[in-house]
Amino acid sequence: MTHPPQLTTTTQGLLASGAWTAAYLAVLERITGDAGARESSGRIDVAGIVALDTFGAWLLERLRRRIGPDAEFVGVPPHFQGLFDALSKVNQPAAKAGAGNPVLRLLERIGRATESAGVDLLALVAMLGALGEALLRVLLNPRRLRLTSSVHQLDRVAWQATPIILLITFLIGCIIAQQGIFHFRKFGADDYVVDLVGILILREIGVLLVAIMVAGRSGSSYTAEIGSMKMREEIDALQTMGLNPVEVLLLPRVVALVIALPLLTFVGSMAALYGGGVVAWLYGGMSPEIFIARLKEAISLDHFKVGIIKAPFMALMIGAVACVEGLKVKGSAESLGLQTTSSVVKSIFIVIVLDGLFAIFFASIGM
Amino acid sequence: MSDDAAIVISVRDLVVGFGRRVILDRLSLDVLRGEVIGVVGASGSGKSVLLRTILGLIEKRQGSIAILGIDRDAADNDELREIGRRCGVLFQYGALFSSLTVVENVEFPMREHLGLPPGLRHDVAMAKIEMVGLKPDDALKYPAELSGGMTKRAALARALALDPEIVFLDEPTSGLDPISAEAFDTLIRTLRRTLGLTVYMNTHDLDTLATVCDRIAALADGRVAALGTMSDMQSCDHPWVREYFGGTRAHLAARGSEATAAT
Ligand SMILES: Nc1ncnc2c1ncn2[C@@H]1O[C@H](COP(=O)(O)OP(=O)(O)O)[C@@H](O)[C@H]1O
Ligand SMILES: [Mg+2]
Repeated sequence: MTHPPQLTTTTQGLLASGAWTAAYLAVLERITGDAGARESSGRIDVAGIVALDTFGAWLLERLRRRIGPDAEFVGVPPHFQGLFDALSKVNQPAAKAGAGNPVLRLLERIGRATESAGVDLLALVAMLGALGEALLRVLLNPRRLRLTSSVHQLDRVAWQATPIILLITFLIGCIIAQQGIFHFRKFGADDYVVDLVGILILREIGVLLVAIMVAGRSGSSYTAEIGSMKMREEIDALQTMGLNPVEVLLLPRVVALVIALPLLTFVGSMAALYGGGVVAWLYGGMSPEIFIARLKEAISLDHFKVGIIKAPFMALMIGAVACVEGLKVKGSAESLGLQTTSSVVKSIFIVIVLDGLFAIFFASIGM
Repeated sequence: MSDDAAIVISVRDLVVGFGRRVILDRLSLDVLRGEVIGVVGASGSGKSVLLRTILGLIEKRQGSIAILGIDRDAADNDELREIGRRCGVLFQYGALFSSLTVVENVEFPMREHLGLPPGLRHDVAMAKIEMVGLKPDDALKYPAELSGGMTKRAALARALALDPEIVFLDEPTSGLDPISAEAFDTLIRTLRRTLGLTVYMNTHDLDTLATVCDRIAALADGRVAALGTMSDMQSCDHPWVREYFGGTRAHLAARGSEATAAT
């Protein structure tokens, strides 16, 4: 019971018959593609059509429009009349926006990127301000502190992060020590590996590595959480209840991060030194007693301070970026993913820039 | 509607439950080609569960379901895909893909099921969008930028993308203001006439039931407690059905629909 669609040209106009449905799309495309040019009478007889769906009806309608503004259908079966009527109203040509000049488009893109970088920076500053304000309010009235929430966040970003941070910093300590021993040995300067490991880890690597891992682990999850709350209007709900989302949601998270990062930096640095010591012992043949004795000479309290002072500032930036990006999430699942990625990328970038600024600062005050 | 009209959905002795709770208990229901059937029931009576079971989204414990003559249990993958192509679904909350624009949402099933050239696909998608009463400008919006009524319309356009024979609507007018709800009812009536649809609709909107539905199935205690037209419902003696259709609002709705029919 198949009736392949047909379109024939007669003296009366075009004659359409058969089943004009999606099942015959390939045929339909072909037969409507070149018809029309041959047609001049402006009549399309559709009485012979046995089955019709929107696809077939649209192809007929497109054909009719191609033939000319006063082309018309004749012999429309009553039960298809509605479909013909519906399609005659749709897809009216609209003015198309111009594509524009490629150079201008490039310039426009550069301009927009610059603008959005500026807007991002402003948003970050605004977020720091809002967090500061919320913190002040909480300090003035400590009962407003969300203790449970803060402790819960602290558990997530500090305690639960400890194992992976320990493992990774330990391994990095091992690698630095191994490379140091391998290369210093050529100059007979094996012992200096202790200086290398101690200073590098306490001043720079410890805090930088931990900050980057926290940005990837906790910053991203903050953005995703806040973003999905934004998506489901939970943040709007809080606001209408007269609560300040910054105080309720963001501040406990950022405070937890600011407390967690120095702690994690401390345990991470210790693990890295431990890894360095283990490698120096097993690979470099330096006994632990000697390693510890040299370490005491090589490092001062200043090195440790330089490292640990940076941690809370980095944490603040990671937290603020995560919040800003989370609040930027719009309705779609895609924008959630996009903002989470951008949160991690931006906070790592800011952490490294901050580290550079601190390096200049400490150098100039002689620490 | 003649008695021998083809049955497009046949549900027999269906049992569905979660854990120890049985939601549907040996429920049977036939849907005829070309009709609009409205399923009513108290909140939590299992309307959505029945619909989702018919669609194969929830496992049943017993019974059989046949759609368009294909038994769900005996069907192979191709047949299931075929059912998917011939049925359109409007989910209760729209279920539009949030990362695609409205027109991309409507094009999506066409892209998956039909090898259409992109230009034609876009044209037909735009046609569907206008047929459900959205403006061409709305086609480029993302679901998050739509109002409740627009979301339902966009979701309906997607449900209609493949020219389905059956559309399933889960509470199409819930959450809409009365004017939007009435416009949506009119739309469903028009589309049903234009496209020759069979419509399976969960609803508890009395106006919708009175103006759009040919038959009503009332769900209570896990079964179809009553089946028939609006006036059958009003003369039914099942307690829940009597309470639901016996109220003033029901009488007003029924009278309103007679007035509409008379004009
Ligand atoms: N996935 C599920 N797991 C457990 N119980 C469910 C599930 N889905 C629905 N239910 C239960 O089934 C009952 C019927 O739900 P539903 O069909 O959604 O009601 P409604 O008629 O309002 O659409 C409710 O009591 C609900 O709690
Ligand atoms: Mg429901």
